[in-house]
Amino acid sequence: MTALRHRLAERGIDRQLLLLVPALLCVLILFIYPFAYGLGLSFQPSQGGVFGAYREFFADAYQRDTIWTTLKLSLPAAFLNVAASVPIAYRMRGRFRGKRLLTVLLVVPITLGTVLTAEGLLNFLGPTGWLNRTLMSAGVIDEPVRLTNNYWGVFFSLVITGFPFAFLLILSYLSGIDPTLERAAATLGAGWWPRFHRITLPLLAPGLATTFCLTFVLAFSVFPSAVLVGDPAGTTRVISIAAYHAAYEAYDYPLASAIAVVMGVVELAVVAAVLGMRSLFYTGSTGGKG
Amino acid sequence: MSSFDTLRLDGVTRRFGGKDALSGLSLEIHKGEFIALLGPSGCGKSTALNCLAGLLPLSAGSIWQDDRRLDTLPPERRGFGMVFQSYALFPHLSVRKNIAFGLQMRHLPRAEVRRRTDEAIRLVRLDEHATKLPGQLSGGQQQRVAIARAVVLEPSLVLMDEPLSNLDAKLRLEMRTEIRRLHQSLGLTTVYVTHDQEEALSMADRLVVLRDGRVQQVGTPEELHTRPANRHVADFMGYRNLLPMRVTSVTREHVGVEGPGMTLTGTGVGDLFPGDEVVAAIRPEDLVVGEGGVPVTVEVVEYQGRELAVEARTDQGIMLHLRAAERPAPGDKVSVVADPARVLVFPGEPS
Repeated sequence: MTALRHRLAERGIDRQLLLLVPALLCVLILFIYPFAYGLGLSFQPSQGGVFGAYREFFADAYQRDTIWTTLKLSLPAAFLNVAASVPIAYRMRGRFRGKRLLTVLLVVPITLGTVLTAEGLLNFLGPTGWLNRTLMSAGVIDEPVRLTNNYWGVFFSLVITGFPFAFLLILSYLSGIDPTLERAAATLGAGWWPRFHRITLPLLAPGLATTFCLTFVLAFSVFPSAVLVGDPAGTTRVISIAAYHAAYEAYDYPLASAIAVVMGVVELAVVAAVLGMRSLFYTGSTGGKG
Repeated sequence: MSSFDTLRLDGVTRRFGGKDALSGLSLEIHKGEFIALLGPSGCGKSTALNCLAGLLPLSAGSIWQDDRRLDTLPPERRGFGMVFQSYALFPHLSVRKNIAFGLQMRHLPRAEVRRRTDEAIRLVRLDEHATKLPGQLSGGQQQRVAIARAVVLEPSLVLMDEPLSNLDAKLRLEMRTEIRRLHQSLGLTTVYVTHDQEEALSMADRLVVLRDGRVQQVGTPEELHTRPANRHVADFMGYRNLLPMRVTSVTREHVGVEGPGMTLTGTGVGDLFPGDEVVAAIRPEDLVVGEGGVPVTVEVVEYQGRELAVEARTDQGIMLHLRAAERPAPGDKVSVVADPARVLVFPGEPS
């Protein structure tokens, strides 16, 4: 008995591993089982054989185009979130007065939730919102600019809710890079731009890729704002709306499951592509406080 | 731009939140000199180095390279090389690219970058490691990359911030010789920051001792070692016995001092008068067992190879550090004496 335990311990197996069981059960019941169930369901349509639901989705341009519609929203939004976070986080690395207040202001949108954000957008950017009224009374425009209930409404919503995530992540990646490296580069004759793009940016690149993936996945599953500040029947009919329609209006669960699986596959493809590029960069220690 | 006769620091001062980290450092550095800034941590030596490098703006004072004012220039335009305590090697670049970085920043022709990088790699003997990343090197190798990266630009001044403090004792001795060798063969002007007095004494042409942001003494290793200007420099130069005493007599050559249970004859530093409160400073190696001295009881004996380091206590309970050739046993009662020329008597400071 003792001998067996020693042999198992040598391979890293001991009784403490039993502590993992509750967590594993949770994952199994709450994630793996529903996922497997949905995957199975997607291969059991009422007609058309095993791949009937997938064929139905891809044969119909109205359904198929939701992939492109969603990508068109989520890729630029994720890209903008990352791109806007870098200079702001870069300026905010050191210590300065009011840093905490500024961070809070930048991060607050996370706590608002999509519905409140959507309402705010309608109030501010809507046809009778402040922006349009100000611009019209200033004589800049003659009729309201349409910034809500179309592509732009959803895009703004994704930026407002996605930016704080990207910003926080990138700020922590940046503070993980030893600031002495840039000082060393300066003593070697590098101005601020070479310091940034030759030293900081390459060290930050893996973090940017990870951040991009996370904000992209968040944006790709957009649903409430696509309905509230978008044009859910047309330009912002995103893939989650298609899945919702299939499930709760057509009661076609196999089709809804198939759409959900397609969503997952598209996300995985983008994430795999980005992480593939990430592996081209240096991903080791960056010498900072981690 | 890499040639100059003197570099002049004129009242260089740096304040952090109302407190002077460095106050009024004035110093002339001549071409080819090796200067060590020496002091305990928090004395302002790293602040001084960062001010020189341009990484910290000055609160007051100026820095001149001959007739050119430097302290208003950003670090990238001063043309100094710097070796950081943490080495600060770029972790994503190979040894070769780390060393070539500064040359590329000067937009030199590719062939020249290549030639000078190769030369620098050979100089620090890292030929086999040129394509490795810094993370794959040992501490001593990383140190050599950091030095090569700084000297490849043939800078007018090399700044070194405790470059050996992260190495083990044996490697530290080797690198000390190596840095000195590079300094001599390249004729570089060097400012070297350290808290290790032995390192400073063995490497530098001149030492600047700092304490609380103020210069205590500037001089050659010999001057500092034999004639420290005050008790703080003495403390730092290895005078481990600092005994508060009172002056009893003053002659042309010697000063008689008296403390609880002991009288000594020493050499005065500065003007002293009978009755003055003073500090007598003696190195452990100058305090030896001999007849007719201060009676002490041996407490701790440490074997140090060639000799023994002994801690002993006088009957009044004052601890003395001394050296002995033969092993006394703890508890032994002996008498210790010191050569009056080696006992320095400093005016006591109101502390």
